[in-house]
Amino acid sequence: MTHISSPAFSRRFFLVSSAAAGGGLMLGLALPGLAGAAEGEGGAAGAKVNNWIIIQPDNTIIIRIARSEMGQGSFTALPMLVCEELECDWSKVKGEYASATENLDNSFGSMATGGSRAIRESQEMLRKAGASAREMLLAAAAQKWGVPRSELKAENSVITHIPTGRTMTYGEIAEAAAKLPPPAEVTLKDPKDWKLVGKAQPRFDIADKVMGRPVYGIDVRIPGMLYAALAQCPVFGGTLASYDEAKIATMPGFRQVVPMGDAVAVVADSFWQAHQALATLPIVWNEGANAKLDDDAIWAMLREGLAANDALVAEKSGDAKAALAGAAKVVEAEYRAPFLAHATMEPMNCTAQVAGGKVEVWAPSQNAEATLAVAAKAAGVDRKQVEVHITMLGGGFGRRGAVQDFVRQAVVIAKAAGKPVKLLWSREEDMRHDFYRPVSMAKFSAGLDAAGMPVSWMARVTGQSILAALRPEAIKNGLDRNFLEGIAEIPYEFPNFFVDYAMRNTPVPVGFWRSVNNSQNAFYKESFLDEVAHAGGRDPYELRRALLKNHPKQLAVLDAAAKQAGWGTPLPQGVFRGIAYHDSYGSLVCGVAELSVSDKGVIKLHRIVCALDSGYVVNPDTVVTQVEGAIVYGLTAALYDKITIRNGRVEQSNFDDYPMLRLKAMPKIDVVQVPSGGFWGGVGEVGLPPVAPAICNALFAATGKRIRSLPLSDHGFTTA
Amino acid sequence: MVRLNINGREQEVDVDSETPLLWVLRDTLGLTGTKYGCGIAQCGACTVHLEGNAVRSCMLAAGAVEGKKIVTIEGLSPDGSHPVQRAWLEAEVPQCGYCQIGMMMAAAALLRGRPKPSDAEIDEAITNICRCGTYIRIREAIHLAASKA
Repeated sequence: MTHISSPAFSRRFFLVSSAAAGGGLMLGLALPGLAGAAEGEGGAAGAKVNNWIIIQPDNTIIIRIARSEMGQGSFTALPMLVCEELECDWSKVKGEYASATENLDNSFGSMATGGSRAIRESQEMLRKAGASAREMLLAAAAQKWGVPRSELKAENSVITHIPTGRTMTYGEIAEAAAKLPPPAEVTLKDPKDWKLVGKAQPRFDIADKVMGRPVYGIDVRIPGMLYAALAQCPVFGGTLASYDEAKIATMPGFRQVVPMGDAVAVVADSFWQAHQALATLPIVWNEGANAKLDDDAIWAMLREGLAANDALVAEKSGDAKAALAGAAKVVEAEYRAPFLAHATMEPMNCTAQVAGGKVEVWAPSQNAEATLAVAAKAAGVDRKQVEVHITMLGGGFGRRGAVQDFVRQAVVIAKAAGKPVKLLWSREEDMRHDFYRPVSMAKFSAGLDAAGMPVSWMARVTGQSILAALRPEAIKNGLDRNFLEGIAEIPYEFPNFFVDYAMRNTPVPVGFWRSVNNSQNAFYKESFLDEVAHAGGRDPYELRRALLKNHPKQLAVLDAAAKQAGWGTPLPQGVFRGIAYHDSYGSLVCGVAELSVSDKGVIKLHRIVCALDSGYVVNPDTVVTQVEGAIVYGLTAALYDKITIRNGRVEQSNFDDYPMLRLKAMPKIDVVQVPSGGFWGGVGEVGLPPVAPAICNALFAATGKRIRSLPLSDHGFTTA
Repeated sequence: MVRLNINGREQEVDVDSETPLLWVLRDTLGLTGTKYGCGIAQCGACTVHLEGNAVRSCMLAAGAVEGKKIVTIEGLSPDGSHPVQRAWLEAEVPQCGYCQIGMMMAAAALLRGRPKPSDAEIDEAITNICRCGTYIRIREAIHLAASKA
């Protein structure tokens, strides 16, 4: 067995094990599919041309990656952007995580992997890094040959002197290039000249994944490592009162109990022993002020928020109130959506070692910087004394980013144990101690003219603010702009428009869940717009066309979805369509659902069409899989799930009472990409928001029943 | 002590016989390809083969499978050459990949009994959970593997 033993070794802790037929787990030093990069001080051996690019003598190009890979393809798409400008041989590119410790000076920019930002926020920096390195290589070659730069060209990691046909490889000149100053300015390619970006490339991480080789956080093994199981106070805000260690002291493998304020951990020689001892440990909790909190009180608070006088205006144009008063017809409705758990397949976990004033953590984290900061604080050391190894992530969806509770706990436990410890939460802990998608409600009023066109649109939204809990400094003038995503600033043009917002916070912890408030707001807005269309006697697609008439890019997406779905054409008997349009994360998106429903309420999903314009596309197949994945995440939420609170605690605990969509219920999905260029839209979340309203609008078409709260299981609907 | 036959190798393992097979594989033997997802046999991330059939190892006591042939992902093929693995690679099925081990083990067991499964047979046999939502490609890859076998 090869071991991880010191921080110096593991800068590029990589993610592949060789747990072949028997024995241990070998931890090596490269990213998935990228085994074998030599190690050296400050990164891989070879010439570091700039922060992002290391070129080895054999023309291997190592590209540093600051965003986490969680299945969304960052390891592949981000290097593609560098390679496009670097003009290097893609077949010899390897990825390597940038170190959060190295990034204390922010030289790699943000490491946060969320908000569908990995490409959008780093593309310019990465393309410039590639172009800058290319120019340094060309300048070094020109010097060496004593020829003008203008006589050289670079392609496929080879520099050619055009007049003579002489060539040299990047590997030959990289060391000299690394000594040159970077060019003051670089010119980026015209997107029409891209050779790699925009062409589907196989993902780097797949080959290892089909072998079961990647090391997820849960798979980390350190010599001498102990295992910890954790119980947190089931009531939010409660604390640990007492426990009776004597009752478990003689259990097999038991090492110690670590109390932590609101939680208690049991450390043992194996996870199962820790888990068993924890289950036996008598624990008394101080349940605190929230011991009687339940859903009725939470929804009552939100209902009050719908009528309250303290709402803040989020967006307005014209005089919506007056237009409503003068309308030929008024439509009103209230909507709501529940708390939801992330339920990543890999439960929360982290491995930590605290020794000699240094801290090392191995974590499936969406944000290496946040992991580093939390670990430093938990151990009481300077950030420079912490090394973070990002393992493979078994799903993220926002749970493993801003909040790093599992890292804090692992460091505290490892410090108490004086040995490396792997903390693993049970599925039940994971379900009951999430940072949930917040509860919210919306109340709409629309005024229609005699022709059925909306002349006034008013919305009051209320509910729990994520930013108030996690980033209060981001709240401006009392408004949480995240909460208002996709409901305050929308492309539809109503002559009179008004949205206001009453923040109502509960003691339940909330966080960023795939597509954040877009997931609820799209359900509200697009369902209510469907109500308005039917009330006005207008086709839901045609009404959207009318409201988007001055937005050609949005119209193109709406039309692409309608065309693919055959909107307006006959369907087989019993099959019905619903449409929903929703922009998010800089991308323009439209979904159409096709379903049938039995008289017993059994829904069969036939097809989901999703058209999107994400501007520029880097790896087109990844866009398809991200959209498919987001649709499944949205389907699960719309059909089945809610987190409910009773006596201050979450009622659900596992996949038996918080079900997931399975293969049998899976519809066909058509992803239609209509990239128009000119902007960089996100793709990781954007497929989700249209799903719930498209389905509910199709259900209305099928049954005449308007769904104004989720999940559909609350309304007697099931899937086969 | 429990005597287990894993990936063709008989071995004595020093664990309590009540320990679920999943944790023996992962923590005692270091075969971490098999994953923990729920602990209640709901999600299938822990799927292994027991005498050629797909079983969920998180609720299976090690003592109950003594002497029986157990195969994990590490033993499915030495080099990723099992038709299911080749199909999974070709169709680029995995996203995060965490559930895919269990998915592939379930698919391999299905194909042993049903070399050319219909969609309905796939629906009935593959009940594992994927949170990334790779189901469309899972179905595609099973058909692809069937065509390769």
